[in-house]
Amino acid sequence: MAEISEIICVTCPKGCTLRVKHEGKKVLEVLDGCKRGEEYAICELQDPRRMVASTVRVDGGLHPLVPVYTKKAFPKHLIPELARSLRKVEIPAPVKINQVVLADALGTGIDVVASRDMPVRY
Amino acid sequence: MTQEYDVIVIGAGVVGSMVARFLSKYKLNILLIEKESDIGMGTSSANSAAVHAGYNAVPGSNKAILNSKALDMWPQLSEELGIPYERCGDYVIAVNEKNLAVLENLMERGRKNGIPGMELISGEEMRRREPLIRPDTIGALWAPTGGISDPFTATVAAAENAVMNGVTVMLNTAFEDFLMEGNTITGVSTSQGDFSCRWVVNAAGLFADEVMHKAGVRPEFVIRPRRGEYLILDKADFQLTQNTILFPTPSSKGKGILVASTLHGNVIVGPNANFVDDKMDKDMTREGTEEIWSGGKKLVPSVNRKHIIAEFAGLRATGNAPTPNPEIDYQQDFIIDIPSEVQGLVNLGGIESPGFTASPAIAVRVIELLKSAGEDLIEKSDWNPIRQAPPVFRHLDKHQQAELVAKEPAYGRIVCRCEMITEGEILAAIHSPIPATTYDAIKRRTWLGTGRCQGGFDMPRVVNILSEELGIPPEEVTKKGDSSPLLYRRTKDVQQDHIVVEDLI
Amino acid sequence: MKSNYDVIVIGSGPGGLAAAIAAKENGADDVLIIERDIELGGILLQCIHNGFGLQLFNEDMPGPTYAQYYIDKVKDHGVETLMDTMVLDISPQREVFAINKDLGYLDLQAKAIVLAMGCRERTRAQILLPGARPAGVYTAGTAQRFVNVEGHMPGNKFVILGSGDIGMIMARRLTIEGAQVERVLEILPYLSGLTRNYVQCLLDYGIPLQKHRTVNRIIGRDRVEAIEAVTVDEKWQPVPGTKEIIPCDTLLLSVGLIPENELSKKAGVLLDPITNGPFVDDRFMTNVPGIFAAGNVVQVYDLVDWVTEAGFTAGKGAAQFALAEKLETGEEIPLKAGENIRYVVPHKLDKNHLAEEQVRLQMRAITPIEERVLVTVEDQNGEVVAKKGEPYARPGEIITLAIKPKAYEAVQKATSLTVNVRKR
Repeated sequence: MAEISEIICVTCPKGCTLRVKHEGKKVLEVLDGCKRGEEYAICELQDPRRMVASTVRVDGGLHPLVPVYTKKAFPKHLIPELARSLRKVEIPAPVKINQVVLADALGTGIDVVASRDMPVRY
Repeated sequence: MTQEYDVIVIGAGVVGSMVARFLSKYKLNILLIEKESDIGMGTSSANSAAVHAGYNAVPGSNKAILNSKALDMWPQLSEELGIPYERCGDYVIAVNEKNLAVLENLMERGRKNGIPGMELISGEEMRRREPLIRPDTIGALWAPTGGISDPFTATVAAAENAVMNGVTVMLNTAFEDFLMEGNTITGVSTSQGDFSCRWVVNAAGLFADEVMHKAGVRPEFVIRPRRGEYLILDKADFQLTQNTILFPTPSSKGKGILVASTLHGNVIVGPNANFVDDKMDKDMTREGTEEIWSGGKKLVPSVNRKHIIAEFAGLRATGNAPTPNPEIDYQQDFIIDIPSEVQGLVNLGGIESPGFTASPAIAVRVIELLKSAGEDLIEKSDWNPIRQAPPVFRHLDKHQQAELVAKEPAYGRIVCRCEMITEGEILAAIHSPIPATTYDAIKRRTWLGTGRCQGGFDMPRVVNILSEELGIPPEEVTKKGDSSPLLYRRTKDVQQDHIVVEDLI
Repeated sequence: MKSNYDVIVIGSGPGGLAAAIAAKENGADDVLIIERDIELGGILLQCIHNGFGLQLFNEDMPGPTYAQYYIDKVKDHGVETLMDTMVLDISPQREVFAINKDLGYLDLQAKAIVLAMGCRERTRAQILLPGARPAGVYTAGTAQRFVNVEGHMPGNKFVILGSGDIGMIMARRLTIEGAQVERVLEILPYLSGLTRNYVQCLLDYGIPLQKHRTVNRIIGRDRVEAIEAVTVDEKWQPVPGTKEIIPCDTLLLSVGLIPENELSKKAGVLLDPITNGPFVDDRFMTNVPGIFAAGNVVQVYDLVDWVTEAGFTAGKGAAQFALAEKLETGEEIPLKAGENIRYVVPHKLDKNHLAEEQVRLQMRAITPIEERVLVTVEDQNGEVVAKKGEPYARPGEIITLAIKPKAYEAVQKATSLTVNVRKR
């Protein structure tokens, strides 16, 4: 059963609202927008991903947390699990920028890395 | 029965603190109890900071007599206790003939109250002195005895000096009832236990009626709080030509909405005066803000909304006490007496404007009352009237600042950027004779967080300092006592979350 | 620690870091950054989300990563840094007075200064929010500092006032860290921030946004217990019958940023009342000779990449000024805000500048136009010296347009330039 859903495209700052004709997760036609919008709509329907940023605990660092982020866009439906996993992580200072804090997070093949150095607290 | 005292003062506002301070001169065991987490959290920290010139109160009333006496005390007292005080004089503005007639009346009152130096000046002269005054001013009352002070510091200074001289101060200690034997007061019971004493001084401000009713005194006296809202302007954007207080012609409601300088360097606009039902209702209201802004703008048309940086409200302890002298046609006056219904109570009630002004004179009156009741007050030989104010970094010159930092490096770390308050001052407040243990307590003592960013920069730093100095986790640091924690938990300490991701299509 | 420097930079956010690097690269020997926090990086350290570096690096980095790239460069260039140090005062003669725990009172002399102090947030008092004054009312940036750097959640159940980017980003951040964000309220009829953030922060997490709504009053004497939301009309007055009490324990305010120019004023720098930042020329020099300004202290940017670019320009100018004790400029003409333009930065153009490099303008529209627009830079006769098409004009999104060196000839004839944005 074909249906038409609306989605806001965010590939460029225009933020066009696209009408997408689809059957379940199969895209039949994207009625508005451009080529990038079409690709975006397909992605959003079949495999929505997001860059995720958060923090993990640091033991003995200048600050109690170090910011981290997913090296690649992460499957959206796994974000709540990712947040819970990151809450359990604690790493010792010093931390180096790009250091892997959670490798192959939730089996996605995507690493979560430190966004900055975190020196030892003096 | 736990501790035995000679005198227990209920309420550590500016009046209670002054009473404790002046009483500490005598060989008495004194306890000052305060229900909040810090001293001065009631009316004392939310008013115009005016030390009134003394022409306003009806001649012969307690208000008039004590305002006048207090004016003689303020210069020396402010030196002794390190309280900022400036006798800059104040003005009452007239814009029509009716106003002028009222000013004449005030002149006459002032004369009767023994207030020197008052003058009626022309509109032209007023505009010469303050070019920003409303252009339709046709005259003004100039009262050189008027002034401005700092009620937060006054409360702290008086209470600290009391502690230095042996007074015990107990915070988080709420009065619950009198302990009596027959109709003699033998003590008080509080949220922190019972204490015995021979005298109780009721300085409970907004709650003075509830306290005195517990002794069966003046059951008809009821305090209905009148709220006054205020706005504060950025000191970098707006100043009056000279430090002063500008009043409109007063009405039956009171002194009116003023525009005044403060000794912190800002201009303050307000207050209005509206009855509220709840003794803790210090809410800012939309209508109230418009009311005071419109009043302020009438007096000084060039005030600009863009310059507002802070808002607050205070509650006046407006009671329905008749004046002691039935010939005085006046609605309310201070209650300051020793009631006959019970033995052992010095009763203060309805202390609204000029309460702060009169506070030292009220304290002296309390002592007179005790003497007249037969108390043999023996002076201590080692009473020290001097309270040294801690260093205020921003008031020092470069050399003094350099010296201070060299001696105590904590003064070299600015925590409140807008008002230039240092870590040294914060530490001094936390470790003072009456320790500041909440964010607001530090704010009242140091003036931190009152500037244009309203604590945006300093709050995380103050939380860390308080946590470290008090040895408590940051989550236990409060704004103004136990029910006002600033934080909730550590970022990662959570069992149950509410993360739900939605399909967008 | 010296007492004389070629260039002193105040602030080590992206503007300050770039300025210090550029100062060194353009011949200044003694360059000092003074930073009030305990480490370099400024506001970027708490902006842990992605979205930085898209323009300059074609990469999507978190704020701290972007900062570290430039912090490393600052170190490599041998820039001196003083941290945990507050500048108290600067004079028009470029004396800098600062204070520090270890070194005490510092009296420094700079040949040129770059002001890079960034912004502060608009407060509750500045929007005259009625109600009680309990614990639990925070500006979004202060909350961000607590959550991301200090490691504390300021509350559990939030309402956010303002749909600016900081507010929306915090909505997502708080949710990820286990809190409940009940509502985002926006007083305007349109989104204040980027649509991308609306989608990825609010829609993704099912956080409701209501427009034409604001906080009517705060409820709770000691700690926030609820807020009363209300619908407003075009004059921002409450509409009767629309109140709703939303139980919560924290209210976050995301109601605007104000360039922090108290120090600038002390040095005699004149401020544009529309931007709240200094009047600057196209080298980001203020009206005070040798005092430059870059970044959010000049105007509230939305892309950090342009802050870095501005910092480079200011740093270069500061170095040139320090070496020559003046700035070589040709005739300067005003850059004015024309049709549907609220402001344009910089405020002045040096006609000779285009001979060396392009000059990038930053501007904001007054009224949104949700159709294709043409942005033009016109001289006093209406001759177009630069133009750019954009898919729309929104007040919440800065329009940037570069006047290229090819416009050099056209600009020579101009006595003033006006920027306009019109429907195409």
